[in-house]
Amino acid sequence: MTTVIARPESHTKVIGGRVGDSPQRPDGNLKVRGEFAYSSDLWMEGMLWGVTLRSPHPYARIRSIDIGPALATPGVSAVLTHEDVPGEKLYGMDIADQPVLAIDVVRYQGEPVALVAANHPEVARQAAKKIRVDYEVYEPVTDPIEALGHPGWNPGQHSTAPVVQVVELNAERARLHPNGNLVRHLKIRKGDPAPVADVVVVGEYEVGMQDQAFLGPESGLAFPAEDGGVELHVATQWLHSDQQQMCLALGLPPEKVRLTLAGVGGAFGGREDLSMHVHACLLTLHTGKPVKMVYHREESFFGHVHRHPATMRYEHGATGDGVLVYVKAAIYLDGGAYTSSTPAVVANAGTLGIGPYVVPNVQVDCFGSYTNNPPCGAMRGFGAVQVAFAYEAQMDRLAAELGMDPVELRCRNAMTEGAQAPTGQVIDSAAPVEELLRRVQSMPMPAEHPAAGDTDLRALPGGVSNVTHGESVVRGVGYAVTYKNIGFSEGFDDYSTARVRLEVVNGEPTVTVHTAAAEVGQGLVTVEQQIARTELAVDRVVVHGKDTRVGSGGSTSASRQTYVTGGAVKAACEKVRDVLLGMARRQLGHTIAGLRLDDGKVVSDGEGVVAAIADVLGDRVIEETLQWRHRPTEPIDPETGQGFAHVQYAFSAHRAVVDVDVELGLVKVVALDCAQDVGKAINPEAVVGQIQGGSAQGLGLAIMEEVIVTGGMIRNPSFTDYLLPTMLDMPPMKIAVLEYADPHAPYGLRGVGEPPTISSGPAVAAAIRQAVGKPLSRVPIRPEHITGT
Amino acid sequence: MDFLRPDSWADALAAKAEHPDAVPIAGGTDVMVELNFDRRRPAALLDLTRVDDLSQWYQQDGLVRLGAGVTFARLISELGDQLPGLAMASRTVGSPQIRNRGTVGGNLGTASPAGDAHPALLAAGAEVEVESVRGSRRMPVSDFYVGVKRNALEPDELIRAVWIAPATGPQQYSKIGTRNAMVIAVCAFGLALHPSRKTVGTGIGSAAPTPRVAAQAGTFAANALEEAGLWESRGELPPSLAQEFAEQVQAAASPIDDIRGSAAYRLLSLSVMARRCLVWAWTDYRKAA
Repeated sequence: MTTVIARPESHTKVIGGRVGDSPQRPDGNLKVRGEFAYSSDLWMEGMLWGVTLRSPHPYARIRSIDIGPALATPGVSAVLTHEDVPGEKLYGMDIADQPVLAIDVVRYQGEPVALVAANHPEVARQAAKKIRVDYEVYEPVTDPIEALGHPGWNPGQHSTAPVVQVVELNAERARLHPNGNLVRHLKIRKGDPAPVADVVVVGEYEVGMQDQAFLGPESGLAFPAEDGGVELHVATQWLHSDQQQMCLALGLPPEKVRLTLAGVGGAFGGREDLSMHVHACLLTLHTGKPVKMVYHREESFFGHVHRHPATMRYEHGATGDGVLVYVKAAIYLDGGAYTSSTPAVVANAGTLGIGPYVVPNVQVDCFGSYTNNPPCGAMRGFGAVQVAFAYEAQMDRLAAELGMDPVELRCRNAMTEGAQAPTGQVIDSAAPVEELLRRVQSMPMPAEHPAAGDTDLRALPGGVSNVTHGESVVRGVGYAVTYKNIGFSEGFDDYSTARVRLEVVNGEPTVTVHTAAAEVGQGLVTVEQQIARTELAVDRVVVHGKDTRVGSGGSTSASRQTYVTGGAVKAACEKVRDVLLGMARRQLGHTIAGLRLDDGKVVSDGEGVVAAIADVLGDRVIEETLQWRHRPTEPIDPETGQGFAHVQYAFSAHRAVVDVDVELGLVKVVALDCAQDVGKAINPEAVVGQIQGGSAQGLGLAIMEEVIVTGGMIRNPSFTDYLLPTMLDMPPMKIAVLEYADPHAPYGLRGVGEPPTISSGPAVAAAIRQAVGKPLSRVPIRPEHITGT
Repeated sequence: MDFLRPDSWADALAAKAEHPDAVPIAGGTDVMVELNFDRRRPAALLDLTRVDDLSQWYQQDGLVRLGAGVTFARLISELGDQLPGLAMASRTVGSPQIRNRGTVGGNLGTASPAGDAHPALLAAGAEVEVESVRGSRRMPVSDFYVGVKRNALEPDELIRAVWIAPATGPQQYSKIGTRNAMVIAVCAFGLALHPSRKTVGTGIGSAAPTPRVAAQAGTFAANALEEAGLWESRGELPPSLAQEFAEQVQAAASPIDDIRGSAAYRLLSLSVMARRCLVWAWTDYRKAA
């Protein structure tokens, strides 16, 4: 078999650094220079190019598919439809309801219908256009509330009546799946069901559909193996989840479906679901040739799930001096056409739905619905992002109603260690909510914007577009705080596998760490090296390429890999160390108290250096493989939402300072400062990088990032009109990293990646509201909202 | 697809005459996007990057003759003094990479109502020089835009240059985008004061099917300044004059709702930009005394 080039060899490069250091990451320079090999750079001799024909309609019945003209095109090797799927025709991570290729109905615009393999990508694309699909087009179901048969809301209604009434859907056609359009209804029922309070504020909020917008489009290369199986090199977040789903679809056992992680150009949740995985394998098994697939940018918007848009209604009750009495919330998340991870997103939005506050009485109803909109699933923050916009806006509204300072109100109700979450779960490690808020509050404020005409345009709303020289620019300041569950919840068996090998190579003790945990750009390979170097006191540590030849590393999501795979590597290293020290004891022939490893040596406090690791090992190899689990969680009660659902919580707070041209509705975020508790910073620079990147992503959702969907159709599938923040939109940040160890976690660490994405956006929105003096209850906030046009 | 690579202007005209369906390409910042998204499959591309003449600019007959292939980056670095409005517009084009490739000729060839250069060209009263094997002609840039993404070129013609008078008074350019850099215009406005002629040039972008002049607004402002003797006195600009100007600019637009912005927002922001641009330009004019 010819070799696949463009594997991310950089991951195996040795770098320095132990836990708590910030060694330079092995892929850093390559990425900056444009030399890093991404999955889209894969290449093999004689490979074919695969393309996907997708549905132009959000909802239609397929009457017939004619592949004849496409198949007859010179250069085309295969044209496949659902009839060519040898195994299960439906797939999904937890619930298999998504067709590998559309069978009789398409439920969203962009749903894969057929595949083409050809000797050139352009030949394949043009051939795909010749596939004739006869559609009977239906009216799409596009409103996630109406899809459930729930009545619309009366905006601004200040009533304490139940916010949810269910009426039956009578349109049979509107049942998108056999069991109806409800994916999940999560209920939280805590305390008094009919609480009364001195002050009540009600608000309705909307969050638009955000995209992960990773720069490396979905791509990979499949090739046939001599044993009748298939190899797939692919950019993904969880190799083993992919493998499991692929085996079912391909009708092959796991040992015949082998995956290798290719260079991943960002993920943010958008690579949890399968994209081209099964398709490329079908084509390669059908043709017997390697097949490469790379989505182009527009296709990528249809090739992965997005963040759920949310419609939310909140009611907060408090005493006259600002102590929260109750929160009621109805949260609707639009799951789009297929299940994906909607059930877990619903769980997060529901259980985390009131924020990091102590509230005795809580009623939350969180719904996920099926519609004919694009499927929604995992994205950084995973359900916690949407609700944070609502509960933090509510806290500001309540503060205004009470005449209190917004930070003061938050601190008065802040969770502390030992507090009870709405699920009844006791927070059993640090919960420094008040300290985080006070930290960002006490950071120096940015300079006032200079008088009109005297300033660098780049410091003003609009930048060099030259819309204001200071006219109508009003400053606003906003705060937000949040918490997020780390790791998989609700009783999920959330483990990671690590294989650690210690041996002497060229006279030098060498550690090889092998996990299947996906490096998606977050820096896991660096962290794995740091942990092994720390635990085994060996300088030379190599991280093996990520593949399915070792057990599952679990998903690179839920901010969990440093915790869970880091924990697995640590535990495997400890086991190797125990074996090594046992060998040392046997070689010494007597017992020495307190043997440990230090700088390549076996040492004891009493006798100093006892032996070099290399000498103890000789030509022997120590290899240990183990699965490591965090402490178990429990499912929550379906009627009350009570239970030990989450393994760990992470907290962050932001203060945003904005300048708004209130006449034009244009925003310049002047400062976006953050305080976050990370338990222990394994790699402090990488932690700061996560906070900066996460904050930018939250800022993006607050003011510009939205997949605009009308009638089930995406209207802006490009980076021309799906706008991401640039350097001139994202300010430099002041960041306070707190390290309050979680006694349950390895090194006391907390997951880092998601919290800053959650609290930054609500802080920006709050700052804009303060500057503009309008409720601005929908994000992204657009100039039209600010100016009333 | 054929790829035609003439290395002289004469050869380029001959190639265009022979292949009228060939799409000219210079920086490629528009054409390549269309090709990559599979929105366009022309029979041939006509590469103009080897025609040296197109990337030159020089003064002739008191005007700047700007070759169609001069990039936005060069406009900023080399022509900021003489063509300040166009240089300001150029600063708002895309990213540094795009400004290094994109050209004024490309903006004219695409003739998108959102092209950043257009309002500045209109305000400055630029002329476009086009040529074919049949001969050469020059037309006011306002006549060059004939419809949404359509221009006045005949199938055998190529854009050779733009002729613009060096600024004799202050110029301004404003563009609305929903992020602070690298963004397509929601709408844009260009303004040029021509004190020698006592006229006020205007240009509106992204608020009508084509870029267009706000002719009445310009005439109104020029006349009002004249009647009040302000061209000579360089006295303060009456706020009511700026306001009336802004309203007339707004009246000249006919925007639509699209994903980038609502028609109502375009009208509002256009009037704000028009007012501010006139105030800024007039402030500069007074300072220049």
